[in-house]
Amino acid sequence: MSQDLQVARRQVEILNALGLHLRPADKFVRLAHRFQSEIRVNHEGHEINGKSILDLTTLAAECGTMLVLEARGPDAEAAVEALAELVLARFHETEEGHDKDPAR
Amino acid sequence: MTPTAAVGARRRARGRRTPGRTARGANRPGPPKSKTMHTLRGIAVSPGIAIGPVRVLDPRGLRPPLRAVSAEAVPAEYDRLDRALESARSEAEAAEAEARDRIGPQYADILGAHARMIDDPTLRRDARERIGRDLVSAEHAVSEVLEGHAARLAGMADTHLAARAADVRDIQRRILAQFLGPGTAPAPGDTDGPIVVLAHDLSPSETAGLDPARVLGFATESGGLASHTAIVAAALEIPAVVGLGRALDLARLSRSAIVDGDEGLVVLDPDPPTLDRYRRASVERTARFEGLADLAHLPAETLDGRAVRLWGNIEFPAEVDPCLDRGATGIGLYRTEFLFLNVDRPPTEDEQFAAYEAVVRSAGGRPVTFRTLDLGADKLVSYRNGHPPEPNPALGLRSLRLSLRDPDLFRTQLRAILRASALGDVRVMFPLVSTISEFRQARAILRAVAGELAAEGVAVPAGLPVGVMVEVPAAAVMADQLAKEVDFFSIGTNDLIQYTLAVDRTNETVAGLYSAADPSVLRLIALVVAAAEPRGLDVTVCGAMGGEPLYAPLLLGLGIRCLSMAPHQLPEIKRVIRAIRDDRARALAAEVLGLEGAPEVAERLREALIEAFPEAAAHALPGGPHDSRG
Repeated sequence: MSQDLQVARRQVEILNALGLHLRPADKFVRLAHRFQSEIRVNHEGHEINGKSILDLTTLAAECGTMLVLEARGPDAEAAVEALAELVLARFHETEEGHDKDPAR
Repeated sequence: MTPTAAVGARRRARGRRTPGRTARGANRPGPPKSKTMHTLRGIAVSPGIAIGPVRVLDPRGLRPPLRAVSAEAVPAEYDRLDRALESARSEAEAAEAEARDRIGPQYADILGAHARMIDDPTLRRDARERIGRDLVSAEHAVSEVLEGHAARLAGMADTHLAARAADVRDIQRRILAQFLGPGTAPAPGDTDGPIVVLAHDLSPSETAGLDPARVLGFATESGGLASHTAIVAAALEIPAVVGLGRALDLARLSRSAIVDGDEGLVVLDPDPPTLDRYRRASVERTARFEGLADLAHLPAETLDGRAVRLWGNIEFPAEVDPCLDRGATGIGLYRTEFLFLNVDRPPTEDEQFAAYEAVVRSAGGRPVTFRTLDLGADKLVSYRNGHPPEPNPALGLRSLRLSLRDPDLFRTQLRAILRASALGDVRVMFPLVSTISEFRQARAILRAVAGELAAEGVAVPAGLPVGVMVEVPAAAVMADQLAKEVDFFSIGTNDLIQYTLAVDRTNETVAGLYSAADPSVLRLIALVVAAAEPRGLDVTVCGAMGGEPLYAPLLLGLGIRCLSMAPHQLPEIKRVIRAIRDDRARALAAEVLGLEGAPEVAERLREALIEAFPEAAAHALPGGPHDSRG
């Protein structure tokens, strides 16, 4: 694995009105778990485990918060790409915090 | 309760909590550096002081987590942690799947997020770290880690995120429940050592299930002054406080607690000075009670020679001896509900007889007054169908009404009581009698059952005294008619006050309106005495009022000659009786019957008690040694 070690980093802004609350955090974590890479999320100097929903919710990342997503591992690039896309797509939530696609 | 404590008890505030010391205030973001003391205020229901480690009993049967483990046991705790997290996760996932089918995606998503929280790598890492570093049990570690998250969330300005604290506490409960679930062996050491129990509520049988040797004291979030839980606690002589309001979240984080059953306080994680003060108070208290023990064999007689009978209230056969040890000359109230609670079929005649026989034999020829079944239909629901839920159970099918509606249940109990009556001095009373016709029906069934037993060749003594409990204002008002047919009256003051003042004594929001000092209640008692006296019938007071020092002079003055109470109250009441004069008590009663309300009556009774016990006056003022408000 070590020969495949990649590090990828990207800054994203939380755009959905309610911020990184329970369900967006859950979506983020579920997506993060699909990747082998270790995922770190950095917010104002706090770095937390991107695969921990408890850590993510206690970040209290509101709308407008800037987060740095960092992945280390064989699929780091893909992981950061996918996670950033999820954040920028406002976690596929409506402004009221409902799921745009309940059927999923 | 001492006269001193009784005086103090009357001025108890009913506030929820000491200002400035709320659960939320203690849980600012970040782990607390050290444990902070919290003082919670409730209602004192069973006197005494208990100091010990905290155990929280949750509605789901959770136990509080603190348990030290040895270094060698750490790997085993890691395994227990992994197993509990695994089963909690699959439980949450099952709940998610079910919710998705039945309720919809919104709720299912939350349960799914719960499953991820349970499976959270940070939770597992932090919990393992705590187990290894602090040498605590897995459940304690989980609880501490999650409580830290919950507290941080709860402290956030964003209300959506703050509400997530509830999710964290929910998964905390789910995980902790796994440690107790089937297949999870009880943790070794979990049942060792004395504890202080905090719970939302305890059913009477749960209360009775507490081992007095292990449970130093208990406190509940719910419940008013005269709830059944309180009655059982007093009977078991465990210090108890009820009606704390929200306390469990805080209690889960606490290591030790003081239950002050005199003042109605619970102190979580007491600081050293507080602990020291309570330890000294506890020692003094023990010494005082040892002094009272000498009273047990002195007569219960006023200074001017009026004899009063002091009897005990019991629920279990084992309580007879504590009554007799404290000088009780009889059992004035034997509650018989216990065999009927939390069982899936009613107890058989032989099962009932075995309990009744034990009580009558323990009493050794002294009077034993049986109260027939005093339950609501709701309490029998597990083996009885056909009684739909009642909108107003206190005014519904309960107590004697239920017995008359269910003759098989009633006859079985009466057969067991009658059989036991051959073994001693047994009396029977019917609870919640509202009309003379109900009494006649009940007595007719009793006579018919006695006839059956005689026909079967079972020895049943003739002339068993049959009385009514006066608990409904109608029975007090009609006492002159009832007096023509009953052998005795027994006043159940708890229900009499509830029905006279229309106050649910277990409803915290109105419990403050419940007062034995209300002149309306006193006038009803006077009516019963007036009806009984010309016929020479006994009137006993067997409600909580009968065991309170404050009311003893008044009841005596009203003409009551027999008081029945929880065993621990006997020495104190005897001390009061021996310190007062009957003629003064009569004058006091005549005076307070003319007062306009409960506050005036209570104030006058306090004065009278201080006259009898001048040394109590110093303690009755705020700031006295028992005043522990911070």
